[in-house]
Amino acid sequence: MWKIRTTALVILIAAAGIGYFNYSSEINPNSRFPFKLGLDLAGGAHLIYKADVSEFLQGDAAVSMDTLRAVIERRINLFGVSEPLVQIEKSSIFAGGERENRLIVELPGITDIEEAIKVIGETPLLEFKLINEDIESLADDEKKSTQEKFNELFISTGLTGRFLEYARLEFGAGGAGGYLQNEPIVRLDFTKDGGDLFADITKKNIGRTLAIFLDGDLKSMPVINEEITDGSAIVSGGFTPQEARALVRNLNLGALPVPIELVSTQTIGASLGKNTLESGTKAVAAGLAIVALFLLFWYRLPGLTAIASLAIYIVIMLVLFKLIPITLTAAGLAGFLLSIGMAVDANILIFERMKEELSGSFVDNINGTQIYADTNTAVKRGFARAWFSIRDGNISSIITAIILFWVGTSLVKGFALTFGIGIIVSMLTAITISRIFLYAFGKYENKGIIKFLFNSGIK
Amino acid sequence: MFVIKYRKIFFIFTGVIVISAIFSIIFFGLNFGSDFTGGAIIEISYEMADFEKEKRLSKEVLEERLRNLPIGGFSIRPTGDDSYILRTRNLTENERIDVMDALSFNGEKTVIQKRFNSIGPAIGSELRNKALVAIGIVIIAIVLFIAFVFRKVSKPISSWKYGIVAILALIHDILVPVGIFAFLGYMIAVEIDILFVMALLAILGYSINDTIVVFDRVRENLRFNNENRIKEEFDITVGKSLNQTYMRSINTSLTTLFALLALFFVGSEATQNFALVLIIGIITGTYSSIFFATPLLITIQRLSGGNK
Repeated sequence: MWKIRTTALVILIAAAGIGYFNYSSEINPNSRFPFKLGLDLAGGAHLIYKADVSEFLQGDAAVSMDTLRAVIERRINLFGVSEPLVQIEKSSIFAGGERENRLIVELPGITDIEEAIKVIGETPLLEFKLINEDIESLADDEKKSTQEKFNELFISTGLTGRFLEYARLEFGAGGAGGYLQNEPIVRLDFTKDGGDLFADITKKNIGRTLAIFLDGDLKSMPVINEEITDGSAIVSGGFTPQEARALVRNLNLGALPVPIELVSTQTIGASLGKNTLESGTKAVAAGLAIVALFLLFWYRLPGLTAIASLAIYIVIMLVLFKLIPITLTAAGLAGFLLSIGMAVDANILIFERMKEELSGSFVDNINGTQIYADTNTAVKRGFARAWFSIRDGNISSIITAIILFWVGTSLVKGFALTFGIGIIVSMLTAITISRIFLYAFGKYENKGIIKFLFNSGIK
Repeated sequence: MFVIKYRKIFFIFTGVIVISAIFSIIFFGLNFGSDFTGGAIIEISYEMADFEKEKRLSKEVLEERLRNLPIGGFSIRPTGDDSYILRTRNLTENERIDVMDALSFNGEKTVIQKRFNSIGPAIGSELRNKALVAIGIVIIAIVLFIAFVFRKVSKPISSWKYGIVAILALIHDILVPVGIFAFLGYMIAVEIDILFVMALLAILGYSINDTIVVFDRVRENLRFNNENRIKEEFDITVGKSLNQTYMRSINTSLTTLFALLALFFVGSEATQNFALVLIIGIITGTYSSIFFATPLLITIQRLSGGNK
């Protein structure tokens, strides 16, 4: 008896300790474990870009997507966002058609998307293309638009900003043509692979025109005079010095290896997020209070132990939110509240079962005599017999949570995670911990005040 | 147990509810939000001094500002004390800037953009497909799970029939909230968004619990009768099981319902519809486990010849 009471005390002290940790790490602004708030609560921007990898081979596409991610991450870090998220994703196999490559960018705290999109999107896309030599046929083709004709005028060489090592601003010293006199030019140094590719292209196409595109705009069209083996090229597109400087900076921060297009934007203002967080927290508190009152009035003493284990449930959930960490969203808060309502379900099933045991309906009705269980036996049998339906019910909820998590967008994942972890934790608190509390209360005959305390409902 | 005795009346009642739900879905259609169809939502408010607060800009004035922009059809709805929600097709960044510019009366007023969502049509249809697939998988997973859990129960009806009954109840639990939301979508433009689908999936996972509680008791009573060689009609056993468990089914749903009512009345606007779907779903889930799934077990046993 004293052993189980000591265990109960230890659990209460441990829970109080975790509760204190939750509290202190929240009031301390420098804590390593703050709650991580999602974009819809903290405000911020969520951007989805579609990447066009149609010009890459399968393997190359994956590599260039990784490069793209790294480049964009670099640019965003420069922007000074705390904890940005940049990830690549393929569209779902259920979407039909070819699987799109996507880039997801989350910028917490940034609500000025105009600026954010600029920072991400302005990164120049550098391409080298050869002029198509048999363009005669195109001119007659009336079915094609001017844009299509223009596009077919050039053939991709595979040499892009991906192969850029370093860009430099120079001023033309007046070359053979003389037209570069004092004009700002951008010198591009390629990587080893890029240099080889460039050498190869220039070797095979002497006399042809190599067009240099920046973000789809034609910048310059130098004629290849000889094979270039030193791995560097120059771009001179009639830049002003400012333009050239900006270009060099952007190229060095990372030319985009893959063209991207913004397909989805979501931004939430900080004040709206704050309101959502406040009312979400209030809802959790209100829901908790109503559930606790119901437990106390309907289930009395066992109800009180359920409230205690519910409190422990909440403390554990909150510390998991901090430690894992789980990003809290409005949907996540809703999932948490739902899980609070469900966490006590196991307790209710157990208490109802205990009541049956106490009233003798299940102890022994073979030969018609009814033996009334004492409180301790009732607790034991109540837990043992309610276990199967609790187990089955919770497994079906966990299955749902797993499928939700698997299907989910980031919003759904937050909900599924809270919901799923909630079910597992609630099995621990509602079953194990509340049983210890009930045992710790002691063993009594079911009569008098004990009968009242263990009874339920309005009887 | 009166539910068992008058089960035909409850079957008719359930049938009427399901048919009206289906009718509502067909007749009113589902009002999919931009999550699924693609499109943009902008929520704005104007910075105003207190004395100006009375003069809220009318919807028509704002509509007039946007009329000449090349953004296709749009709708503006006032919301809250001082905000407006604008819905359009999905917008590019430049189009968004044009819209904000127009709404600020070319800079005369300060507009606060509270949120902006623009979702491309491809992303929307992908999400819709994913949602349908998820609902399908959850239903199949649950049938298999129930059939597995009740695998040792084969008399008087086989275990997979428990699974089928549970699924019929689940379909009922899904149809009713969807039907109500089709109606609400028609009446007050409530939209079906990704949170709605999440709520439906949560209902699937949750409302099965009540059914499991009753079925589990049926299973236990059958085993008890078997061990003690008690001969009892199946409908008596089922009725007894229901009698022993309906109170706890209602109470478990009540606690969850209390939490959700708090979410609905106190919680943020973002999760209000989500709470409403769940509230409807949990009520129908409890109803269907007591008044539909359990009596259906007996009907199925009768139909399959009643091998006692």
